Amino acid sequence: MAATDVDIFSNEEKRNLSLGGHVGFDSLPDQLVSKSVTQGFCFNILCVGETGIGKSTLMNTLFNTMFENEEASHYQNGVYLRPRTYDLQESNVHLKLTIVDTVGFGDQINKEDSYKPIVDYIDTQFENYLQEELKIKRSLFNYHDTRIHICLYFIAPTGHSLKSLDLVTMKKLDSKVNIIPIIAKADTISKSELHKFKIKIMSELVSNGVQIYQFPTDDEAVTEINASMNAHLPFAVVGSVEEVKVGNKTVRARQYPWGVVQVENESHCDFVKLREMLIRVNMEDLREQTHARHYELYRRCKLEEMGFKDTDPDSQPFSLQETYEAKRKEFLGDLQRKEEEMRQMFVNKVKETEAELKEKERELHDKFEQLKRMHQEEKRKVEEKRRDLEEEMNAFNRRKVAAETLSLSQPLKKDKDKKKNSAAEVI
Amino acid sequence: VCVCEREREREEKQYVGFATLPNQVHRKSVKKGFDFTLMVAGESGMGKSTLVNSLFLTDLYKDRKLLNAEERINQTVEIIKHTVDIEEKGVKLKLTIVDTPGFGDAVNNNECWKPITDYIDQQFEQYFRDESGLNRKNIQDNRVHCCLYFIPPFGHGLRPVDVEFMKALHEKVNVVPLIAKADCLTPNEIKKLKDRIREEIERFGIKVYQFPECDSDEDEEFKQLDKELKECTPFAVIGSNTVVEARGQRVRGRLYPWGIVEVENQSHCDFVKLRNMLIRSHMHDLKDVTCDVHYENYRAQCIQEMTSKLAQDNRMESPIPILPLPTPDVETEKLIKMKDEELKRMQEMLNKMQQQMHEKDQ
Repeated sequence: MAATDVDIFSNEEKRNLSLGGHVGFDSLPDQLVSKSVTQGFCFNILCVGETGIGKSTLMNTLFNTMFENEEASHYQNGVYLRPRTYDLQESNVHLKLTIVDTVGFGDQINKEDSYKPIVDYIDTQFENYLQEELKIKRSLFNYHDTRIHICLYFIAPTGHSLKSLDLVTMKKLDSKVNIIPIIAKADTISKSELHKFKIKIMSELVSNGVQIYQFPTDDEAVTEINASMNAHLPFAVVGSVEEVKVGNKTVRARQYPWGVVQVENESHCDFVKLREMLIRVNMEDLREQTHARHYELYRRCKLEEMGFKDTDPDSQPFSLQETYEAKRKEFLGDLQRKEEEMRQMFVNKVKETEAELKEKERELHDKFEQLKRMHQEEKRKVEEKRRDLEEEMNAFNRRKVAAETLSLSQPLKKDKDKKKNSAAEVI
Repeated sequence: VCVCEREREREEKQYVGFATLPNQVHRKSVKKGFDFTLMVAGESGMGKSTLVNSLFLTDLYKDRKLLNAEERINQTVEIIKHTVDIEEKGVKLKLTIVDTPGFGDAVNNNECWKPITDYIDQQFEQYFRDESGLNRKNIQDNRVHCCLYFIPPFGHGLRPVDVEFMKALHEKVNVVPLIAKADCLTPNEIKKLKDRIREEIERFGIKVYQFPECDSDEDEEFKQLDKELKECTPFAVIGSNTVVEARGQRVRGRLYPWGIVEVENQSHCDFVKLRNMLIRSHMHDLKDVTCDVHYENYRAQCIQEMTSKLAQDNRMESPIPILPLPTPDVETEKLIKMKDEELKRMQEMLNKMQQQMHEKDQ
């Protein structure tokens, strides 16, 4: 083919070409695999179920190891999540496994808020990843991904139906995480009861619109097994780390007076099915679904909340850059406005206080004037009284003098002396 | 031979004949018939109905409708009575089972035991009125004689709702706690759980029904059985509505791929002990404790409230014939309280000393 022929065709069309020999790019999957193996894998499991239902025992049984665990108490005030990370290795594959336990779930008398800590935890892991993604200098390949890949929901084996708490909780979680419901402690349910129980649970989930994880059937290699497993949900499991001798083998089992329940016996319980599905077949798909579906949904909602859009009103694609600029301008404008407001408020306040002070001053002045007037008034009154008193005194003196003169005119010398004396006295 | 005859003659002369009283009581009671009211409480799915059917070998719950999870989110507790008349060897029993569907099933179970305590109080009140009425010929006794409380076997012990429920009821009715669906526990796990529950019952001060001490003149075998019974509480029970073939016999049991659980096999569960205690030996004691302790407490409290209300309202007549209680004045009340506390302290000291002595012995 001439080079010019290629230019005629648009970029969208692809042509299939046949190869003349072995090129070698069929090794791409192997390259990918060897890269992943070197990097190591990471898997995060969330176990939701009431205290004592067997979450820790099942984890120990699934991974064939004893993760440290103290027995939880029934008297927690609320639900809290306890994540624990372990490094496991099998052949040359490294797995960083995080198991998150819900401590105190189902114990409180009022369980209306029990789902909140769980939802918050899941959202926080998404948020942390989103923050890392949005960083300017980011290192996603190094990032320890803590997003929950699978939620195992432990249903109590009552034999009737789901509990009301189960329904409410799963409804809150189904859009945020892959849920696989399992029936715990299934060795207390007989085969016929189990069949009815499973049907009842699935019908309740469906009629309430709860979306649980479906094992994928689009990959031909695993379609058949996944489809048949989907029909066995919810898995009825029994966990045990104790070993019992059965025949000439030692198996993990629970020993009762009436028989031995073998964990890995498929006619006793669905443990093997769970292990197949969860670990051996679909682990990678679970990680993919978490990233491609649940995380993307979270991210979209979060960004929309913050005001980002993919298209502006004219349906032209927005770039993140422009949106950032617009947001920044808006933010700065806001800041300025606020500053103005505050300044204005300050000025107003100052004016107010000034006015108040002036008013007070005037009042004081008025008072002072009034007092002064009163004082003068009083003084005047007192002066008047004094004058009156003086007048009276004078009048009295005159009368006295007059009276004495009168008494003097009658007697002779003696009285004259007396008068002299008395006049001298008076003077 | 002469000696024997003379003995017998002397005995006959001394024989008055009131040794037949027990037989007379037996005859009259058979004629009158008995009644018993049993309450069952616990979350749904604990096997209460199945256990009741197994206990009385009948099916009380035909055509029962169970609610969905969605319907139970805000469910309130109902009280449902089933009454049956059953007869065995000429002895008639009117059995009333009081069911409490909805208990502990909602998402918010605050005070979900209130309808139950209200029901028990209502029965007491009804009896109180009847007892104080003028025509007492046909009093119906609807008081609850025993409450079986089903504890789930899936946890590590008592949960807060279990503690609150039992504490709300322990002074109104005989509470008998049971470990439900015990076929999910191995013998070791059962023992651990029982020890834990017994310890928690004591720690939280829950007064469950106590078996009466057996008389000192009973034989050793009886005393041993009695001791075993007491050490076995709370009973770990399994019930079944189906009959299976086990060891060549047809028995009530549960069929599993790994074996058959027999309800009446004492090495499988404590069902037989519960049945014996509840029906064969202690049924009457349960009724007696209800009448002599719980009902009397209720009655005394009721009367006290009434007299204090009367004193407040200054009314002379009371609606019910009662002897006027001397109302102690404040001083005497204080004295009584002080003495009570002193007694308590002395009792505690005594217990401590006993414990110390016990330890020294060991």
